[in-house]
Amino acid sequence: MNARREILLAVIILALIVGVGIRAPAFVALSSLLGVLTDTSFLFMLALAQMAVLLTRGIDLSVAANLALTGMVVALVNHAAPGVPIAAIVVLAIAFGAALGLVNGALIAGLGIPPIVVTLGTLAVYRGMIFIIAHGAWLTSKDMSAAFLSVPKAEFLGFSSLVWIAAAVALAFWIYLNHTLAGRALYAVGGNPVAARYCGIDLGRQQLTVYTLAGAVSGLCGYLWVSRYGIAYSDIALGYELTVIAACVIGGVSIAGGVGSVSGALLGALFLGVIVNALPVINVSPFWQMAISGAVILAAVIVNSRTERRGGKLILPEARRSAAAVPGVARS
Amino acid sequence: MSEVAAPTRYQVADHAPRTLSDFLLRWETILVGLLILTIVVNAILTPYFLDVGNLLDATFNFSEKAMIALAMALLIIVRDIDLSVAAIVALVSLTMGLTAKAGADTGMLLVVALGVGAACGAVNGALVTGLALPSIVVTIGTMSLFRGIAQVVLGDQALTEYPDALLSIGQGYIGAGVPVSFAVFLLLALCVGFVMHKTPLGRRIFAIGANPDASRFSGIPVARIRFGLFVLSGLLAGLAAWFLTGRIGSTRPNIAQGWELEVVTVVILGGVSIAGGSGTIPGVVLAVFVLGLTTFGMSLMNVPGIVINVLLGLLLIVVLAAPIVIRRWMAFRR
Amino acid sequence: MTTRTAETTVAPKSPVLSLSNVSKTFPGVRALHDVRLVLHEGETTALIGENGAGKSTLVKILTGIYTPDGGVVEVNGKPVSFRSPRDAWAAGIAAIHQETVMFDELTIAENIFMGHAPTGQMGRLDWRAMNERTRALLDTLESDLEPTTPVKRLGVAQKHMVEIARALSHDARVVIMDEPTAALSAHEIEDLYGIVDRLKKDGRAILFISHKFDEIFRLADRWSCLRDGEYVGDGLIAETTERKLVSLMVGRTIEHVFPKREAKLGATALEVADLSNPTEFDAVGFSLRYGEILGVYGLVGAGRSEAMQCLFGLTPSSRGEVRIEGAKVELTSPAKAVAAGISYVPEDRQVQGAVLPFGVRENMTLASLARYSPSGVLSPARELAETRRLGTRLAVKAANWDQALNELSGGNQQKVVIGKWLATNPRILILDEPTKGIDIGSKAAVHEFMSELAQEGLAVILVSSELPEVMGMSDSILVMREGRITARFERGKATPEMIVRAASGLAQEAAA
Repeated sequence: MNARREILLAVIILALIVGVGIRAPAFVALSSLLGVLTDTSFLFMLALAQMAVLLTRGIDLSVAANLALTGMVVALVNHAAPGVPIAAIVVLAIAFGAALGLVNGALIAGLGIPPIVVTLGTLAVYRGMIFIIAHGAWLTSKDMSAAFLSVPKAEFLGFSSLVWIAAAVALAFWIYLNHTLAGRALYAVGGNPVAARYCGIDLGRQQLTVYTLAGAVSGLCGYLWVSRYGIAYSDIALGYELTVIAACVIGGVSIAGGVGSVSGALLGALFLGVIVNALPVINVSPFWQMAISGAVILAAVIVNSRTERRGGKLILPEARRSAAAVPGVARS
Repeated sequence: MSEVAAPTRYQVADHAPRTLSDFLLRWETILVGLLILTIVVNAILTPYFLDVGNLLDATFNFSEKAMIALAMALLIIVRDIDLSVAAIVALVSLTMGLTAKAGADTGMLLVVALGVGAACGAVNGALVTGLALPSIVVTIGTMSLFRGIAQVVLGDQALTEYPDALLSIGQGYIGAGVPVSFAVFLLLALCVGFVMHKTPLGRRIFAIGANPDASRFSGIPVARIRFGLFVLSGLLAGLAAWFLTGRIGSTRPNIAQGWELEVVTVVILGGVSIAGGSGTIPGVVLAVFVLGLTTFGMSLMNVPGIVINVLLGLLLIVVLAAPIVIRRWMAFRR
Repeated sequence: MTTRTAETTVAPKSPVLSLSNVSKTFPGVRALHDVRLVLHEGETTALIGENGAGKSTLVKILTGIYTPDGGVVEVNGKPVSFRSPRDAWAAGIAAIHQETVMFDELTIAENIFMGHAPTGQMGRLDWRAMNERTRALLDTLESDLEPTTPVKRLGVAQKHMVEIARALSHDARVVIMDEPTAALSAHEIEDLYGIVDRLKKDGRAILFISHKFDEIFRLADRWSCLRDGEYVGDGLIAETTERKLVSLMVGRTIEHVFPKREAKLGATALEVADLSNPTEFDAVGFSLRYGEILGVYGLVGAGRSEAMQCLFGLTPSSRGEVRIEGAKVELTSPAKAVAAGISYVPEDRQVQGAVLPFGVRENMTLASLARYSPSGVLSPARELAETRRLGTRLAVKAANWDQALNELSGGNQQKVVIGKWLATNPRILILDEPTKGIDIGSKAAVHEFMSELAQEGLAVILVSSELPEVMGMSDSILVMREGRITARFERGKATPEMIVRAASGLAQEAAA
């Protein structure tokens, strides 16, 4: 079922691209499509991070604030000490973001405060801290060193470095979620917390890991965002956390936990990315973007719920027989 | 002949014994303490704070949000949430602007506001109860949809043609310097509080949040009540939009931006558990005052809004963490 | 009645598992007291006892979900202490529960190996090894399930198979099965018996809980009996009879337990005809008179609760007709049912019956709130008066009427739930497993109460899986199996064996 849904989504995305391309052939030019891909990199990485959190039946509303604060921090560092090598800046961004995420994880795992409440609080705190540490100032590209700004501009084999970085993050998540015990434990914890406990899986440790991880990814994106757009202030990526959740939902990640895949997150992010980039090209005012996003989210949620089996319990023998005739399940 | 003993008569007291520490540890008591603290700190830091006129004027800034908070509290009590409230305000304000342009008077605008708000709420309610979808995701979707519609229609324009009567209500007072919006909020709080704490409907709402299955089995029309609460949320968002538009005098697509999270913060600070089934209206009202006066006090000291948010975020976390930490510390000492 | 010859008596070996003086107490209830149990390799032991005797608690102690308050658990002669189910697995004890505890979205292989999956280099999950080992386990069980199938697509019998495979993956030397055949068809049951035999041959010790005597006599070598949380005996199956076991379980002859008084039968209260649901039950029909107690017996999953919930308006029916006092009614919601005079006390007390965070008073009044608010405002005085009245009548034990229900014992919670429905002044009362999992004193009180209600002229339907209860309390008995009524008996005209056979689908024998 999940595979079928994802194929459907992929087909819809392709249809969208083709449809837009018919109206505006420039859209399907290679450079344009690469641009869409680059643009979507942020959303994709953040969706991966949010997915890991959603798997455990949690939610992280502070990802965008984390991104913005970390971005400001590294921009300030770079402004004060332009000689610091970019590798160190990147490491700092990841570490700082991880620390912010760890705060979430500690409050959630350690004190048992519901994730939505904790991240609502840290969302406000982190955003506010941007203003405080910069004394309300904005940093623009002229305040940043050339090296700092160079990373997103770099290209390799025709693809922007952002795309490569996103691919690397995706690969890391894919290995984590599909080939490590810790990653599979996330699915267990979200799917059936009681059964997971019986298997010796500790919810608290999983939560700590996953929120720290989300923070690390947010931090990395923070640096990349600030250097790509050449600006750092308190309102960057304002409200983006909801876009990230939207991408996850469209990509089939369940808000109730236990369900989600890297390919789903990719498709969800691509979907929104294509729409955002397609609208100006076909002369639809960008003001339509929100409305369309909203409609798409609703459609995705409705479709998701339809594919789950409804109906009463199977007690009558004839009902059980007809339900057991499912392909791929051998008769036992 | 039965071997079973006759049932013993147990001594069962009518009520639980009320101790002083129970009273002191109640959430409402803590909020009152917090409120007093806020007033005292602000009064020390700012000379203008304790002026009655100023305090009443301060309510302008939070009365509309407070109205929405009343409905949000009920939704959170039944384990739902409505993140589209701010977007409903925007959409309602847009509709008001368009009908005002077409010549509607203030009364008509109120009808439009309540109607559109209720309709938006009904959309939320239908999706959540009719299709059994999780409310958090549905309202994230409708939030984008409703505000998106406002954006599409308005672009980057603003609507500013509103009848004077509306402006004088939104910015006006009724007797003794009490703002109209504040008075209406208090009235609403009284009504909602009464229903929640003194009527069967209120009991049923708490039951749904405490155990939706058992409520259904007890004959409570769970789906119908939940739907109604979403409509109420839209209705009160519409009312808030009517006041807000009158107060600001114009409509822009970013009106009430970010309000949904502020309202949720107020409700949780008011003692309503995010897990559902518990909370009080007096608690929510107290939280409204605590947050409202804190914000006002800080703005008097020219603290920028975004920094005020830091304090509110910290307040939210500390207030929820403190009971847990204290309980563990006490258990540790034993 | 079946008996076994002594040819399969096994020579006593050293015990694989032994419990001595084990006790476990919960607030208000002494679940286990001074219990002993001994399991040997290659032997199957049936753990028998009425509902609430403590069998589930015992299993949970063995599987590490609970820790005993007292006593010693020994595995292979060495004392052990389990702090979590993982410790129990490590010690070689695995259980197959009635309700499968699985990860629906994950595959069979993952479910079996979650928590102890094979890893390759650098801690990478070794999928291939996992699937291969799963294949091997399923092969030993002669199942052709595919390891990569998501568990949510499996039926109940197949899920049990996966649980057994999971137990084997831990190389469990002690396999515990809790009502393993409760929801299985006859064919699936035979398959399961074959597996149990195979496990035995492997030298594992098997402990299973069952209420079905034919199953007990078919599978078990030994029996061990609990009653009211205490150990009352054990022995060889070959040396006992069903009658002896039943009387040991119940502790007294049936007539003395149940205070059934003769009630005057009044007019016809309820007539149900051809009530059906597409997947849950079919052609359910019966009639009920005032003063009558109708027992509905069946195994878990027979469709009884579903039929009653449909009658109460919780779920829609696809066809059928319901008449109350001769007049046709459309019961499309619980509120309509209550208005028509029917009340339903649900089976799952904690999820469907009680609002645990609420107090006694708030629970008691929940279904009848209109009665305490004549002018729209709730009157605490009226609520309290009614709560006092019903609470006293039902002998609810609480510190005060506002005490939260989650602080009361199961038996008292059940009384409050029953009280909630009595407050609606029903004419027809449906009780679904009213004494499941409650202590013997509360059980007796509930039975006493039922008799009183019938005497007062109520029509009562008692859905129960406890044979002695159904036989002791009912004027007539309906037996359901797989969604259909398979037999009707009048009081006194049925033996336990006849009822059990009708419930498990075995053909009725000629006089045994």
